[in-house]
Amino acid sequence: MATKLTQSNGAGWAFALPGFGLMVVFIILPFFFAFALSFTNQRLISPNPTAYVGAANYRQLLGVGTITLDPLRDDAGAVQRAADGSPAYPRLREFTRANPDYPQLDGMREWFSFGRGESRTFVLARDVVFMKAIVNTVIFVLVVAPLQGALALGLALLINQRLRGINLFRAIYFMPVVVSIVVVSLLWRFIYSADGGLLNNMLTGLSFGLFTPVDWLGTPSTALGSIIAMSIWQAVGFHMVIWLSGLQTISPTLYEAASIEGATKWQTFRYVTWPGLRNTAVLVLIVITMQAFALFAQIDVMTKGGPLDSTQTIVFQAVDRGYGKQDISGGSAISVILFCIVLTISLIQRYLTRERT
Amino acid sequence: MADVKLRGLRKSFGAVDVIKGVDIDIADGEFVVFVGPSGCGKSTLLRMIAGLEDITGGTLEIDGVVVNDKQPKDRGIAMVFQSYAIFPHMTVRENVAFGLTINGLAKAEKDAKVAEAARILQMEHLLDRRPSQLSGGQRQRVAIGRAIVRDPKVFLFDEPLSNLDAALRMDMRMEIGKLHQSLDATMVYVTHDQVEAMTLADKIVVLRDGLVMQIGAPMELYHNPANLFVAGFLGAPSMNFITVDVQAIEGDLARVSHPALEPIAVAHKGRDIRAGGKAVLGVRPQYLAPVEGPAGMLHGTVALTERLGSETVVDVTLRDGSKIIAAIGEDRVYPTGAGIGLRFDPAQAHLFAVD
Ligand SMILES: Nc1ncnc2c1ncn2[C@@H]1O[C@H](COP(=O)(O)OP(=O)(O)OP(=O)(O)O)[C@@H](O)[C@H]1O
Ligand SMILES: [Mg+2]
Repeated sequence: MATKLTQSNGAGWAFALPGFGLMVVFIILPFFFAFALSFTNQRLISPNPTAYVGAANYRQLLGVGTITLDPLRDDAGAVQRAADGSPAYPRLREFTRANPDYPQLDGMREWFSFGRGESRTFVLARDVVFMKAIVNTVIFVLVVAPLQGALALGLALLINQRLRGINLFRAIYFMPVVVSIVVVSLLWRFIYSADGGLLNNMLTGLSFGLFTPVDWLGTPSTALGSIIAMSIWQAVGFHMVIWLSGLQTISPTLYEAASIEGATKWQTFRYVTWPGLRNTAVLVLIVITMQAFALFAQIDVMTKGGPLDSTQTIVFQAVDRGYGKQDISGGSAISVILFCIVLTISLIQRYLTRERT
Repeated sequence: MADVKLRGLRKSFGAVDVIKGVDIDIADGEFVVFVGPSGCGKSTLLRMIAGLEDITGGTLEIDGVVVNDKQPKDRGIAMVFQSYAIFPHMTVRENVAFGLTINGLAKAEKDAKVAEAARILQMEHLLDRRPSQLSGGQRQRVAIGRAIVRDPKVFLFDEPLSNLDAALRMDMRMEIGKLHQSLDATMVYVTHDQVEAMTLADKIVVLRDGLVMQIGAPMELYHNPANLFVAGFLGAPSMNFITVDVQAIEGDLARVSHPALEPIAVAHKGRDIRAGGKAVLGVRPQYLAPVEGPAGMLHGTVALTERLGSETVVDVTLRDGSKIIAAIGEDRVYPTGAGIGLRFDPAQAHLFAVD
C-alpha cells in the first residue's frame, strides 16, 4: 500500500513538475536573486568581479537629510534678497560637497524645502529621482485604490440587474481589461495628445472654444493625473467583475426581508449589500493596491517618467536602473524596497479589515 | 389585526400561468394554512400577499384596502422565510430591531420592543449572539422575533420549519400555535407538512396547479373532502381508492360493487355518479378493521406488515390485484400471504366521480 501511495505521489509530482519548475525558475529564484544582488555591486555587463557592498545600495537610494539655513545677510545685518525679492540662502553645494562639518550630507541634492520665519529647511536626498518615484507611486496608489474600487462597485451595482441587454454593458465595461495595457496606453497617448488630441478637441468643443488645449502628458502638473485617470478607466472593469461575483453571493431573500422591513435603497446597501461584500472588498482593495504599486507599462509607453520626473514610479525606476543604466544591484534594491512596502501595506490592510467577532 | 381578501388573483411568469384565479377570505385573527404539492404555487401566492411578486390580475385587500400596487412595507405585513433570512453580520438584537432601526425609532422604545419579543420567544439569553452561533431553531426564532416587533396586521410564514429536524419542528410548531393565540394576529402559513396544517390551522386552503381545491376547517377537509385530490392529499397513510361499478342510485345512496367487495351503499353527495358507470370509493386506512375468517366486506391477502408499535400497517392485495392499506390500531402479526377480511362503516367511506 505504501508503494502504491508513493508511486501515485510520484506521478503527481511528475505532473506538477513543469508548472512548479517554471514557477521556481521565474518567480522564486529571481526573488532570492534580487535579494542577494541588492547587497552587491553587480552590473549587467562588467569586467570587474562582483563584490559584497553591504547596505550601500539602500543607503544610496534611501539616504535623506535636512539642513536649516539662515538667509545671507549683508554687513549691516539686513537680509540679502534675490532679484524677485525672496531671501537669498547660502549655496547648498557648500554643505553637500566634501564639507567636513556635514559628512552625512555628502553627495545629496535638494529634494524640496520649506520656510519657517526667515530660516529655511532644506530636505536633501541622496537620490532625488527615486524619492520622487516613491512619492508619485504613493499618490497613484492613494488616488487609484479608493476611486477605482468605488467606481467598480458602482458599475457592478448598476449592471447587477435583470434588464434587457445588460450583458452588452457588462461586455463594454470589461473590454478595456482584455486589451493589452500597452495598446491602451498607446491609444490614450493620442487621446491626450497636445495638438488635435481627442480630449482637447472635446473640451474645446464643449466649451465653445473657451478651453485652451493642454499638453496633458507634457506638463508636469497634469501628467500624473492623466495617467491616473487612464489607469482607473483601464482596470475598472476587472474589479467590477470581482464585485459582481461578490454581489451574487448575497442571498436574494435578505433583500426581500429588507424590503418588507421598509429599507430604503441606501439602507439596503448599508445593511445588506455592503456587509455582504466585506470579503470581496478586502480582495479588491489588496489587488488594486498591488497593481497600483506595480505601475510601469503606462509610464514606459506614455511618458518615460517625464516631464521633469513628474511621473517617475518605483517599478519604472527599477527597470530603468537595472537595464537602462545597467545597474542590476540598484534595480534589485528597488525591487526589494517595493516588496517591503507592499508587504507592509497588505499586512496593515489585512489587520484593518480583519473579521471582528 | 386585519382581514385579507383575495379576489380572482392571478399570476403569470411570462407565458406561464402559475396562479390561475384564486379567491380566499381570511378573517381577522384567523390562522390560515396553504397546503399543496410542490410547485403548486403556495409560495408564489404568499409572496403576492407580501408584495414580493407583482399581481397579474385580480385584487388583494388587506384590512379593507386594495394593496395591489403598494410596496411591501406599506402593506402592514411581516414575513418569515424558510431560509430564515436573518442578517449574518448583525447580532440577534440588531436583527430583531432591524425594522425599528431603519425607521428611526428611539433607542428606549426599541429596546423595550426587542425585550418583549425576546420574552415571548424565550430567547433573552441569545440577544448578543451572532447568527453563526445559533442553531436552526434559534435562527428561526430570531426571524419570528423580527416579525413580532413590527406589530404587523398579518404574519406570513413560508415553510418556516422545513429546515429544522423533526423533533425541533414539533416544538416550534407548538410555539407558533401559542404565538398565534397570544398575539391573536392574522397569520398565513405555507407548508407541505400535513401535521403542521392540521394542528395549526383554523382554515386550510388546499392548492393544486394554481387553483384552490378546497377551503375549510381541518376536520371538515379530513372528513368531507370535496374531491379525489383533497381526499388523497390529507391523511397519512393516504386514503385508499378503489374503482367500483355503480349498480344503482337509491336516493342519497349509491349501491356499488367490486370483485373484492361485498356490495354496499355509500352517500354520493350529489356528485356526478350514474348507475351503470364507474366511481371511485375512498376509505381511509384507519377505518379498515380486520375480521376473522372469510367474513368482512373487502377480501384480499396480506402482502406486507409494518409494525409501528401503536399501529400496524398492513398492505393488502385485493382479489383483483389492486392494493390497499389498512392501519390497524393494535400491535398484531399478520402472516404474509394469509387471507384477510376487512370491514368498514360505509358512512365513513366516500364516493367520488372518476376524474
Ligand atoms: N420567478 C419565476 N419565474 C418563473 N416561474 C416561476 C418563478 N417562481 C416560481 N415559478 C414557478 O411557479 C410555480 C409555483 O412555484 P412556487 O414556488 O409558488 O411553488 P410552491 O408551491 O411554493 O412549491 P414548494 O412546495 O416546492 O415550495 C412553479 O412551477 C415554479 O416553477
Ligand atoms: Mg415554496
